[in-house]
Amino acid sequence: MTGSQPVLTMTGISRSFPGVRALDTVDLRLFAGEVHALMGENGAGKSTLIKVLTGVYGVDSGTVTLDGAQVSFTGPMQATSAGVSTVYQEVNLCTNLSVAENIFIGREPRRLGAVRWGEMRRRARALLARLDLDIDVNAQLGSFSLAVQQLVAIARAIDIEARVLVLDEPTSSLDAGEVAQLFRVMRQLRDEGIAILFVTHFLDQVYAVADRITVLRNGRLVGEYATRELPQLSLVEKMIGKELRVLERLDGQPRAEVAATAGVPLLDARELGRRSAVAPFSLTIHEGEVVGLAGLLGSGRTEVARLLFGADRADHGELRVRGTPTALRSPVTAIDRGVGFCSENRRAEGIVPELSVRENMILALQAARGWLRPIPRRRQDELVERYVQALSIRPADPDVPVANLSGGNQQKVLLARWLITEPRLLILDEPTRGIDIGAKTEIQRLVAQLSDGGMAVLFISAELEEVLRLSHKIAVLRDREMVAQLTNDSSVDADRIMRVIAAGATFEGVPS
Amino acid sequence: MNSDRSGARALTGHRLFWPVVVLVVLLAANTIYRPGFLSVQLRDGHLYGSVVDIVRLSAPLILVALGMTLVIATGGIDLSVGSICAISGAIACLYISRQPDQNSLGGVLTALALALGVALVLGAWNGVLVAVIGIQPIIATLILMVAGRGLAQLVTEGQILTINSEPYKAIGVGHLLTLPLAIVIALAVALLIAAVTRRTALGLIVESVGGNARASRLAGIRSARITFLVYVISAACAAVAGFMMTANVSSADGNAAGLWVELDAILAVVIGGTSLAGGRFSLGGTILGALLIQTLTTTVYAMNISPQTSLLFKAVVVIAVCLVQAPGFRARFVRRRAPAVAAVTAGEQPKEQVPA
Repeated sequence: MTGSQPVLTMTGISRSFPGVRALDTVDLRLFAGEVHALMGENGAGKSTLIKVLTGVYGVDSGTVTLDGAQVSFTGPMQATSAGVSTVYQEVNLCTNLSVAENIFIGREPRRLGAVRWGEMRRRARALLARLDLDIDVNAQLGSFSLAVQQLVAIARAIDIEARVLVLDEPTSSLDAGEVAQLFRVMRQLRDEGIAILFVTHFLDQVYAVADRITVLRNGRLVGEYATRELPQLSLVEKMIGKELRVLERLDGQPRAEVAATAGVPLLDARELGRRSAVAPFSLTIHEGEVVGLAGLLGSGRTEVARLLFGADRADHGELRVRGTPTALRSPVTAIDRGVGFCSENRRAEGIVPELSVRENMILALQAARGWLRPIPRRRQDELVERYVQALSIRPADPDVPVANLSGGNQQKVLLARWLITEPRLLILDEPTRGIDIGAKTEIQRLVAQLSDGGMAVLFISAELEEVLRLSHKIAVLRDREMVAQLTNDSSVDADRIMRVIAAGATFEGVPS
Repeated sequence: MNSDRSGARALTGHRLFWPVVVLVVLLAANTIYRPGFLSVQLRDGHLYGSVVDIVRLSAPLILVALGMTLVIATGGIDLSVGSICAISGAIACLYISRQPDQNSLGGVLTALALALGVALVLGAWNGVLVAVIGIQPIIATLILMVAGRGLAQLVTEGQILTINSEPYKAIGVGHLLTLPLAIVIALAVALLIAAVTRRTALGLIVESVGGNARASRLAGIRSARITFLVYVISAACAAVAGFMMTANVSSADGNAAGLWVELDAILAVVIGGTSLAGGRFSLGGTILGALLIQTLTTTVYAMNISPQTSLLFKAVVVIAVCLVQAPGFRARFVRRRAPAVAAVTAGEQPKEQVPA
């Protein structure tokens, strides 16, 4: 394999968007008959690279060669006809059409302009047989499971003499059995000589199916490795970008001294879970306690937070608030019990852009009071002024639309929105992402203060240093499963957490 | 000099600047064409004049458009208002026509209460379809827009129902304190809605739901209740407008009453600066928009533009207003840009392009 020429080479690919250098001289090589994993955290540039490959985006610089000839696709259709097919994360097929129609939509076998239905069905059956799939090609696609739909999408992709098949997060909505079926098909296609580029967040799956791995970080190429020569721990290091050995000890002691954990916990999740979001987990949060959630992006941290806030409904287990079993049907119930939640998705789920800073700040408190009991203007001004000063929000004018503020200041406005409601538990999902270092430290200091004042905080961050600095207890997530809970004492450091992230719960048993 | 320029910029940048300009131009054109156009006279203690007529005739549209403003601010739309006008007018007229004394004030008030009650039920129907069942607003209200005409026909038994009731007629053509009663009613409803939305937190919450529904849900807003409520308010406004329309002509025509008023109302809301995508709304802007549309209609009649071309004339003016209001158009042709709008679009662009 290594001796032959790669079927596809991408060399020195760069691509910028306004304000973001999404790809910076990235290389990628794909050989015939291999499954090649493309790894990296969210924002590492995986999707951009795939879109460059399939012609959705142009490049600023760099070349793509297919079978030694330089190519430059102007769109997915052209890429497909050249033999580069893509199956996207969300199956983009028409569930209301039949299986056969979905496979041939846009390129139906025709005679004199009329569709040859018999021919189409025959070819669809032949294609699916190649994937060991024996289903009725006349049935509506929507009547099949997501896994089957995924396979139909692959059948559509390989029909056109595909030599390169790109699978963008194909397993994210499949269960274990379905994943196994997909892998069987991937191995079979590999053995037929197709080069498969496999994008996934799941580390186990990479080791189950991939021959080689290319790692991206922050739009740059970290390296290309043979899977069996790259231990999982090293892969995680390369994705996160920190060598465990050189990780410096953090300034300040870990907040090991746990605030009164005796008595009834504020929040007590027992085997709480939601299908295809996060596996059942148990977690207790006490008053004044900061619980950190660590794990790679996409490992299920946000899903845990959303279940605890009622933003998504749990379909497994139970939740007790101060010992009382509580069904969280919507955020309203959670807010009523004293829980606040700052979403990681500030723009889509946080701010109401055209409303003013003042209106955004009082929104949660006003919602809790109901529209018939408006907060008197004088009280609004008091609250807003207090938090604009306490959090040093700039500009300090409460009547500008919040859309005009910087990301860090928007984040502070959202913090203020919840602090005004005086919650007993505040869930902060990536509160410091994408904001400058000054605002970041202010928010960290604030979290410590709040917890000293008795408020419980669930702190979610991709930055281990932050989680370690602030948390009393750290829960580690991996592949949408809570694999470990560690009391943040002197024995816990970034090394150990990363090992847990890389290896899962089993590793915790081994003395480190 | 510099401050003068920025002051002028703030003025032309105001979202109601161009609608006001168009309104003034229309009034000026009318005055040139007919010099007595702007004069208002006090006759028998009542105000008379073309301008007063325009305001009086626009009263039903103002009412419908005010309700529509709230619906649109939540990101919805209500196509059924025209039918609700027809149904409420028909029920009121039917009840009055069955009275032994059509001029009895009590009978008329009962008729109004009855018709208003039915309208509230119809609004609740829309609200349930949209907020509880989750049907898209345009489809949900289309049901009543189409079926409502049939209901109105059922009420009037397919006839034009004529009544002879002085108290009812007064809603359309009566006077109160020198002003036409219709204007007083429209003003009162406008003040009521302004008070309900701005003295309570209803306005804020409506704008929040329309501005970012997902964020509002996570902030604990029960958006279903709010959505339900705005459809009920919209129906109530339409009912009062329906009384005016039928009182104007002392008859209820299930087919014609309030026909296409929903489209004029949507237009008035948009001219008034409320985005069809929801969010910030302006009641004053909506009233201005309704006045502009009515002035346009009156102008077309006054200038003896033939009915065949009058719609075209209206379309041209409307397109002009919408274009000068559109930020994209202005950025391109007027060479200035509202900073807030520019900041938002610039911020969102890279986010959509780099899903990583």
